Amino acid sequence: MVSKRIVPCLDVRNGRVVKGVNFQEIRDMADPVEMARYYYETGADELVFYDITASVEGRKLFTDVLRAVASQIFIPLTVGGGINSLDDFDTVLKSGADKVSVNTGAIKNPSLIGAAAKRYGSQCVVLSMDVKRVDGKFHVFANGGRIDTGMDALEWAKRGEDLGAGEIVLNSIDTDGVRGGFDLPMLRAFGEIVSVPLIASGGAGTMEDFLELFQYDRIDAGLAAGVFHTKKIEIGSLKRYLKDSGVNVRI
Amino acid sequence: MIAVVDYGVGNLFSLLCSLRSLGLDCVVTNQKEVLKRAERIILPGVGAFGDAMEKLRESGLVDTVKELGAEKPLLGICLGMQLLFDKSMEHGEHEGLGLISGSVLPLAKDIAPTLKVPHMGWNKLEIVRDDPIFRHFQNGEWVYYVHSYYAANCCDHILGVSEYGVRVPGLVRSGRIYGMQFHPEKSGGAGLRLLKAFSEL
Repeated sequence: MVSKRIVPCLDVRNGRVVKGVNFQEIRDMADPVEMARYYYETGADELVFYDITASVEGRKLFTDVLRAVASQIFIPLTVGGGINSLDDFDTVLKSGADKVSVNTGAIKNPSLIGAAAKRYGSQCVVLSMDVKRVDGKFHVFANGGRIDTGMDALEWAKRGEDLGAGEIVLNSIDTDGVRGGFDLPMLRAFGEIVSVPLIASGGAGTMEDFLELFQYDRIDAGLAAGVFHTKKIEIGSLKRYLKDSGVNVRI
Repeated sequence: MIAVVDYGVGNLFSLLCSLRSLGLDCVVTNQKEVLKRAERIILPGVGAFGDAMEKLRESGLVDTVKELGAEKPLLGICLGMQLLFDKSMEHGEHEGLGLISGSVLPLAKDIAPTLKVPHMGWNKLEIVRDDPIFRHFQNGEWVYYVHSYYAANCCDHILGVSEYGVRVPGLVRSGRIYGMQFHPEKSGGAGLRLLKAFSEL
């Protein structure tokens, strides 16, 4: 059977990996190629790169980084950040991405999901959602978690799947960067209605958090950034711990 | 030299990077002469079966690929493997290259509804028949899959399987023709070692 996946996420700005807390307070961390290689060697199942630069120069640096990573790292690579058109898909796929993650671009233009799925296949299209509780409901936030769209997040997930997204990444803004554990109540709400693979993001602080996450069998992967970047959790140790606890992981 | 068949399907960047990382001389081509000169052939592919066969026909390479399969090691990867079979039932019935007997069927019909389709992620490849392709590979190593259709009725040709509701043929062989349903270029060290073994056949 397929294993549960451990996915480090690298936010890249101007060619460097950075990390924010609750989507703010950005800190410079490391060289993305070096970091990707470290994760590959310690057993990451997949890597996600988000381009969080807005400038043309930053974009160019990002695709350079992506090419360098793809030429040395032989596991699936997902790329997101500023994907607004099929041309954007094309650019990152040609630079070595295997999957492309859409977020604000798909909120503005939902037909992008269907068009990309038709051209590149559903397996290539990842719908990434930043979700936060507002008055007891899950709302979709746009622009890196800054703008409340007012959209119902559960409906958006279902719609994204119907349009052709092959995978959904669920970032909980409420738990992001806090390291108090994944947002299990939120994940369960989505797990019940989503039938494509679901990747949980936001809140990983300890190895136990991952174990708790995977005890809910509708979750396919756990994504985290800070705890891996700072080496608070080392992926090799995490996977051994999960395996010893009965979780099906690739070692 | 390994020639990767370019018929306008899929992204070859990662595959080329993986071959080059092994120090292998490789070229992407749609030229018959180059394919004939190569020592080994790789037939890649992603997307839908019908479209891919149509593109291969448009490239005028169907007969060349069939001829080369009899002469030198040929490896089909993912959809490239599926094309090697007689036919596929993906969105209608489509004729394949007929280099390996068997047909390609939808996974969804044959597995429990609780299992997600596509079969996406890392799965263990269990060796069912020893072969030189496994020279650098150990039984039960993990490989990376992304597919919604699988090869069936091909028992005699199966070298390795992965369990996903059914026993999914992961690695098949007929004569000098090999097929990998998973992506060796995305399967970490295990995948690279399978590609290395292919380069040594």
